[in-house]
Amino acid sequence: MAIRATNAATAAVERGGGSDAAAPEAGNARPRAAAPTRRAFVKAAVAGTLGAAALGLSGCAQSALAEALAGAGADEGAAQASADVTDTTVKVGIMHSLSGTMAMSETSVRDAELLAIDEINAAGGVLGRQIESVVEDGASDNATFAEKAQKLLMSDHVAAVFGCWTSASRKAVLPVFEQYNGLLWYPVQYEGMESSQNIFYVGAAPNQQIVPAVDYLAEHYGPRIFLLGSDYVFPRTANTVIKAQAAAQGYEIVGEEYTPMGHTDYATVINKIRAASPDFVFNTLNGDSNVSFFKQLRDSGITADDCMTCSVSVAEEEVAGIGASYLEGHMTSWNYYETTSTAENDAFVAAYKERYGADRVTDDPIEAGYCAVHLWAAACEKAGSFDVDAVRAAAGGVTFRAPEGLMTIDGDNQHMYKTIRIGRVNADGLIDEVWASDEPLKPDPYLDGYAWAADLS
Amino acid sequence: MTLIQPARTQRNRLVLAAVIFAALAAAPALLPMFRTTLIARFMCYAIVAVGLDMIWGYTGIMSLGHGVYFGLGAYCMAMYLKLAAADGGIPDFMQWSGFDALPAWWAPFANPAFAFAMVVLVPVAVSVVIGLLTFLHNIKGVYFSILSQALALIMSVLLVGSQQYTGGSNGLTDFDTILGASLSSPVTEVALYYVTLAVLVGVFALCFFLVNRRIGKIFMAIRDSENRVRFTGYNTAVFKVFIYALSAAVAGVAGALYVSQVGIITPSDVGVSPSVQMIVWVAIGGRGTLVGAILGALIANGVETAASESFPDLWNYLLGLVCIVVVLFLPGGLMDLPRVPARIRAWLNRSRLGGGARLSPGDRAPASSATLSGKEARDA
Amino acid sequence: MVETLIMQAFNGISLSSILFLAAIGLAVTFGLMHVINMAHGEFIMMGAYTAYVVQNAFAGLGGAFGLYVPVALVLSFIVAAALGVVVEKLIVSRLYGRVADSLLVTWGLSLVLQQLARNLFGSANVGVEVPEYLAGSLVIGGVALPYTRIWILVIALACLLAVYLFMFRTRFGRTVRAVMQNRPMAAALGVNTRRVDAVTFALGSGLAGLAGCTLTWIGLVGSSLGQNYITQAFMTVVVGGVGSVFGSVFGAGFIGIGQSIFEFLTDASIGQALIFLAVILLLQFRPKGIFAQSSRSLEDE
Repeated sequence: MAIRATNAATAAVERGGGSDAAAPEAGNARPRAAAPTRRAFVKAAVAGTLGAAALGLSGCAQSALAEALAGAGADEGAAQASADVTDTTVKVGIMHSLSGTMAMSETSVRDAELLAIDEINAAGGVLGRQIESVVEDGASDNATFAEKAQKLLMSDHVAAVFGCWTSASRKAVLPVFEQYNGLLWYPVQYEGMESSQNIFYVGAAPNQQIVPAVDYLAEHYGPRIFLLGSDYVFPRTANTVIKAQAAAQGYEIVGEEYTPMGHTDYATVINKIRAASPDFVFNTLNGDSNVSFFKQLRDSGITADDCMTCSVSVAEEEVAGIGASYLEGHMTSWNYYETTSTAENDAFVAAYKERYGADRVTDDPIEAGYCAVHLWAAACEKAGSFDVDAVRAAAGGVTFRAPEGLMTIDGDNQHMYKTIRIGRVNADGLIDEVWASDEPLKPDPYLDGYAWAADLS
Repeated sequence: MTLIQPARTQRNRLVLAAVIFAALAAAPALLPMFRTTLIARFMCYAIVAVGLDMIWGYTGIMSLGHGVYFGLGAYCMAMYLKLAAADGGIPDFMQWSGFDALPAWWAPFANPAFAFAMVVLVPVAVSVVIGLLTFLHNIKGVYFSILSQALALIMSVLLVGSQQYTGGSNGLTDFDTILGASLSSPVTEVALYYVTLAVLVGVFALCFFLVNRRIGKIFMAIRDSENRVRFTGYNTAVFKVFIYALSAAVAGVAGALYVSQVGIITPSDVGVSPSVQMIVWVAIGGRGTLVGAILGALIANGVETAASESFPDLWNYLLGLVCIVVVLFLPGGLMDLPRVPARIRAWLNRSRLGGGARLSPGDRAPASSATLSGKEARDA
Repeated sequence: MVETLIMQAFNGISLSSILFLAAIGLAVTFGLMHVINMAHGEFIMMGAYTAYVVQNAFAGLGGAFGLYVPVALVLSFIVAAALGVVVEKLIVSRLYGRVADSLLVTWGLSLVLQQLARNLFGSANVGVEVPEYLAGSLVIGGVALPYTRIWILVIALACLLAVYLFMFRTRFGRTVRAVMQNRPMAAALGVNTRRVDAVTFALGSGLAGLAGCTLTWIGLVGSSLGQNYITQAFMTVVVGGVGSVFGSVFGAGFIGIGQSIFEFLTDASIGQALIFLAVILLLQFRPKGIFAQSSRSLEDE
């Protein structure tokens, strides 16, 4: 590793004065942090500040000032991440919350992504190169996600990033990926109404999860719907969609309740549900709140026989954290369950359990994270390059025989064709499929295919 | 406790501050853009920390809800940025919420001058109301701390709850330009960096000026014994409301600078946990010194970034332990480090002499150190 | 409609009892000792995880599974109290009188304990299931009252009684009150204040652990458990009046019943905001809580 030991400021100004091409081999030079002198406490403290800031500093050699000076003359699109690809390796980023409140969901997705990377490497890599992963912690904090995205793109020069879970974190990194033309593979179902050309959405769009679930439940349990969700963007947007759908299909919304994140007491909400006596509750509560809700629901004597619920944020992992007995008989809507019967899924579940322990379960976002890596690899193979624009251009129509069945990238909106599965929680905490769509459905993030959704987007 | 801090201490602090500012000014020339924006973010935190030091370190009001004012400033700025990006239309999240037209109270924020004014005025207005409601009725000490913490909780709940106006938990993001300049251009980023630095220097200078005036002595007197100040004829509530509003304004400006550089503000940046962390920076750096607050914010965040890049799991242990160790053994924070050798020597001498009185660590702090420990021990 | 209102009234009382359980430990450590224990929520979490471990130990016992609840209740108290003794000896004992500092230190401690829980039990929530006799609800006409909530109410009342008996009917309780009212004087009269501090803090921590065990019946068991209750628990103590354990009963009632009513009439988010507003208004008239100890001292905190 070349170490630049000269006066960095002078060097930077020289480079700034020259052309962009003068920037020497980005990725190899590493400015040296000033060595702390011990003459005075004051100086040591300052060196500490600088040292802390410079710690972990790597990659891009061009200083900010130099870039600004150069940028003053050049056009603005100059800042663009370029992938760090050698003859034998290619770097990808993995960016999930490994600490904080979201860690409980996101760590498993990271595990699945690392599993997929190892599988690909064992099979010879992508375009003959082994994948190296750079794992970053988003710490359940949106600003941290934005910061880490910038680091992965500008400092580590990764070819693609697999990461995020919450919509908020995705919205936080979206401008970063667009600014530096990076590639984010996002593994979770979400509320739709978005289509960035720098993001591939591997989870379900609303028409692949919510809309069919409402239709199924209304058909089998009745048209009176109670909407319950956590007070954040996904539930509110999902319920806006459901309300439009209900108005068009003749379903009746008998109640709509939102509870703050971390809400623990659902007695009042349950009382409202009881008073409204709906045919089913459509539940978009987030992970933690589901525990309180389902425990208190059953203990107030309401079982799935009395009032069916359908959840779109409760997967096998969440069931384990709530306790299967509380959820037994309730419905969920996803694209994948651990019980999904495909040969690919048998292999995936076996590999996941072998690596991370027999007590671990797989679920939809975990599977999506696993597929994301494989889909990216397939798109790179097809493009014959790791270049973001080339991969994007080649991605349309790329398929992967996923655990959930055949998955195809829709080239127009960069979402996936996915099969819908309505399931029912069983006594073991797994989810049995009760209905599935005949074929993978075309993704429709803006619900353009539904006349009643015309006003929504 | 010496109310008047020795001139020499104050001069040393000024020198230290000057060195820090010089280092910060040089950073863009030494570090790549990514690190530079990171430091800009830390500087925003440092600005909040200086304001917090004024109310906590100097006046003895421990606010656990300063994220609220940081957030109010940031949201005011973000509304302007969002409207600038919407280009005459309405922000994307409002479209999903079924709005056809901009809510009336959003519209004026399209004007940058109005938005910049609100960045200061909204936090000041809210803080004056809260301040009057609490300080006038003599709600103080831990009662105030817990109320301010609840305020932060409620603020984030309300921001999340009114999604159609505030973007809900996604917050406000995806900005484009500021005053016509592209936010993603290196020139703008470096310019904003120096604006942030200038604000930091300005806020520090203002606070340094205040604490060395008569009014600063009143603040410290309120901290040390509020009742005595009242008996002397001062209306302490007025002073407390003033300094609380000042620190709120400072936090608002920091929030505005933060959002223009980080590019996102969400309710989780406003809630209880970030608010407590702000206090922790001041404690780590050294309360009642101003420059310590800056140092604490910069170092705590720098180390956090470094640690979370290498060992994400360990960061919570590290921060937790640092917090415990600093408060227990270094009540004056990092600013007290130079005195540590002397203190150890004194302790060694004492134990060698085998003096009868075995002092607990709290009592060990030398009388000269201007910490709160002595005062609070007396009060209790 | 009448049934709905009756159940809602019960919900208010039930929420109050939950808040009271979560806050009674604080009322002891914060109210009596003036230590702001931000790690109180993590003591609750410890109790909850203790219940989880006990449940797993009983899982293979078939019919005896139901016995795990009383065992868990006792053990969760003991585990949290033991942790409380350690924390008191190592940390809190150095901080008496430094209120703001105690807040910072215990906040750091709460970070460490949360991370410890994640490393020990994984970052995902764990499942705790209640035995048959706690599941379901007592049905009277159209009114259904969940057994778990009835039992939490009973346990809360039992805790209140126990703390009352301890504080006002035992010799040691009298010493505790003496130390809290005037530490130097109590010490001068020969009270071992160090021991009193340790026992009192252990009692407060143990009560938090007990609360954690009961909370597993109605809510999540995970590292964020404590954080969900801590702010409301502090509010409960402040409204009730610091220094009065029994003020906490009224604090819990004020917040619990108030929040149930507001939430029933509006929604959960606005309900929380309204109850906060109500607390601020209340403090306008009673700056030191409903049951503030009257004192002629000027500098009392």
